[in-house]
Order: sequence, then structure tokens, then C-alpha cells
Amino acid sequence: MRSIPADAVIKAVEDMCIHANRYLPQDVRDCLERSSASETSPAAREVFRQIRENYELAEKSGLPLCQDCGLAVLLVDVGDDVHVEGMNLREAINEGVRRGYDKGLLRKSACDPFTRVNTKDNTPAIIHFDMVPGDKIHIRFMAKGGGSENMSRVTMLTPAQGWPGIRNFVLNLVAEAGPNPCPPTIIGIGIGGTFDYAPVLAKKALLRKLGDVNPDPRLDAMEKELLADINRLGIGPMGLGGVTTSLDVKIAVAPCHIASLPLAVNIQCHSARHEEVIL
Amino acid sequence: MARYNLRCPLSDEDARMLRAGDVVFLSGTIYTARDAAHKRLCDMLDRGDPLPFDCKGAVIYYVGPTPAPEGQAVGAAGPTTSYRMDSYAPRLYSLGCKASIGKGKRSEAVRQSLEEYGGVYFGATGGAGALLSMCIEAAKVIAFDDLGPEAVRELTVRNFPVLVINDAHGGNFYVTPDRKAAGLE
Ligand code: SF4
Repeated sequence: MRSIPADAVIKAVEDMCIHANRYLPQDVRDCLERSSASETSPAAREVFRQIRENYELAEKSGLPLCQDCGLAVLLVDVGDDVHVEGMNLREAINEGVRRGYDKGLLRKSACDPFTRVNTKDNTPAIIHFDMVPGDKIHIRFMAKGGGSENMSRVTMLTPAQGWPGIRNFVLNLVAEAGPNPCPPTIIGIGIGGTFDYAPVLAKKALLRKLGDVNPDPRLDAMEKELLADINRLGIGPMGLGGVTTSLDVKIAVAPCHIASLPLAVNIQCHSARHEEVIL
Repeated sequence: MARYNLRCPLSDEDARMLRAGDVVFLSGTIYTARDAAHKRLCDMLDRGDPLPFDCKGAVIYYVGPTPAPEGQAVGAAGPTTSYRMDSYAPRLYSLGCKASIGKGKRSEAVRQSLEEYGGVYFGATGGAGALLSMCIEAAKVIAFDDLGPEAVRELTVRNFPVLVINDAHGGNFYVTPDRKAAGLE
């Protein structure tokens, strides 16, 4: 069995927290650039201009892209043949988050749900573990802001509602959310599984590259159809009107109960901060 | 759609002159408050205590900045979603506040209070926190220090860019989604 020192995990997570909050991924920049070229209204163009200036400034100055540095969400694939030495893996990840948010001068946004007292170090992180073959640990980090997370929903449709029901739910949700989740957004959709699993699928879907192709041609067609329909809503960047309400739609599916059609829609703002590392 | 450079606190005349869609560059003194601070401010009003700032003409910015790096007033400081402050906002407008800055839709009650008291609601670009912090020259915590990012701060801003979303005359700059075009009934 391969052994990884806990310090390596801590350092990797710390670095991802800091870097992801300062550096907007290239695929997101490229997609923003393409979209901005298709906007004609001065208000929409101005939003795109500010977004670009903002990510350039963040990269140069080391300031976070957004004041909401998110809850730290981590998707962790742990190989069967690897073991972390010196600390429990969950604790090591939380320690990395603690250090990253402290050293990176990132905002700590985790609080008690009732007293609203801040935990002051942005932990506990939200961590989804998965066991996979191999001797590596694959850690994917997302800084998930509250504004877009608040507009996300999960619902249990009936099998009879099918794709038209899914389509309606997503479009209504995006229409209702309007300017609130900082459009242009990315729409992560989880279909199937159970009430608790559909949102995990939706979150995983959000980690795909913008503009990629879904390997399942059926899902790829659905993604493209939904994206086009969403953009016909005309909400536009920051809700000021325009052809770019969303940058992309990403769908992930899993088998579900014969009685159910679970659906989760996880909205991601344009500040799509995520990074990954393989240890 | 006009462009203005305005001083904060805002005068009654300035606030009433603005129309949805106007671009405004704010300079002067504004105050930060978000969820937890609004709750405390309203608790203070319930008890009959004075607020930590003068409401007259006040501009309230819904923001919780990141910690300030060496040599800067604040870290990233973009707007948070405004609807969470909807239950508190009409009360502050009724006491003389002239504007709030945030992002996202306001409730019917807030929009009515703008008309009733001659206030405006400004939108700033969400997710442009690094850029907007360049327009903040000074920051001082004036209440609720224990709230950390949610404390009330007095900010000195220069040419802080905002857009009038809701004005004092019922104007609204947010588009209504075209459900029909998207194939929704
Ligand atoms: S929704 Fe995203 S871009 Fe907007 S304020 Fe929240 S984290 Fe920042």
C-alpha cells in the first residue's frame, strides 16, 4: 500500500484554496470571451468588461476574484491502495482549508445555521469521498459562493414527467433566479439516483470543462437544447438583458428507483473557481 | 440613460433625479451591512437605541469584504444578493436612507418604499470584488466588530460604479425573462 504524508495533502489543499480564488480557469475565461463578443447592449458589454478586468486584476494583485470565497467543497477520489500517514484524511483536508483561507486572506463564510456565529476558519469543508481503484488521491476543490447556491434546487419528479418535466423545471428555475446568482451562470444538473445523490451528481457535473462534449450523445443533445432555451430567456449578464444568461449546461445521470425521477439543479455563477490535484 | 457623478450621503434631490438604467459613480461615505448586521440594526431600532451611523441620506452597501492586504483599505468587495435584506430595507428607507447597493431583485415592498420615501436601489457587478475594491479608499469598522466580514464599516469610496436598478418612480431596469421565447407556457 502506498503511503502519502498528511502534510502533502494539507499543502495541496491549502494551495488550491488560494490559487483557485485568485485565478479564473482558462476555459471559463475563453467562454466568457466568446460570449461577450455576441452581446450588443452597452449594459451587457459593460458587465463583461468588468468581469474581464476583475479576473486580470485578481491574477495580478493576488486579491480574491470575489469577496464570497465560498464554502470549500471538495470531491475526493481515494484509491484502494493508498493510505494517508499521520492524520485522518478528512482532518488533513480541513487543515488545508483552514490554512489556505487564512494565508490567502480569503473570506471565511462558514457559520452555525441558527446562531449564525462564524466558525472563523471556513471549516468544516463539504467533502464528498469516493473509493476508486489505484494508489492515488484525486482532490477536486470548488469555492462555492452562496449567491448561486441559494438559487439551486432539488425536486422529485414523477417518471411520467420525463424530459419535458425536467426541461420545464430547469427553465422555470433559471427564469425565477433572474439576476440573483450572478449570471452568466453555469447550470449543473443531476438526474437520477436518490434525493441526496442527485445534487452530488449536479455538483460533479459543474466540474467539467466549459465547451466540452458530453460523452453520452443523448445527454450532449439535451445540454445543447437546454442552453439554447435558457439563453432565449434574455436575462443576460447580471440580469441586464442579453443573449448570455448561461455559459453552459452540464448534465450527469445515474440509475434511479422505478418510482422516482430525482432532479437537482446546481447553479454556478460566472466566478467558477475550481482546481484539482492528483497525489 | 444618463451618467452622473454623485456625492454620498445622497441628497433627496439627487435620489429623486435618478432613473432606472442611469450609470452613477459614487464618491464619499457609505456604510456596509449585510444579513447579521441588518438584524442587529433593526433590533437596536426596536429597543429605541441610536444607530451606529446617521441614516439621513445614507447609502448602504450589501457587502462582506475579504480581509484587507497590506496597504489596502479592504480586500475584494463586491455586492451580495439583496433579497435577503428585503425584510429590513423599507424600515431603513423610512428613516432617511437614500440608497442601497447590491445585486438581484428586490421585493414589491422594497420597491414601494423607494417610491414612498424617494430612495433608489443600485446594482453593482456581482463577482467583480477585486475590481470594485479599487474604488474603496478607506474603511473603518464602526459597529459589530465580532461579526467579522459582516461588521458595519464606514467606507470612503471614489467613483464607485453602480447602475440604477429601481428608482423612486417605479422604474425597474431588470429584464423580465421571455418565457415564451424559451418555450415555457
Ligand atoms: S454568486 Fe458567485 S460571483 Fe456572485 S457574489 Fe456569489 S460567489 Fe461572487
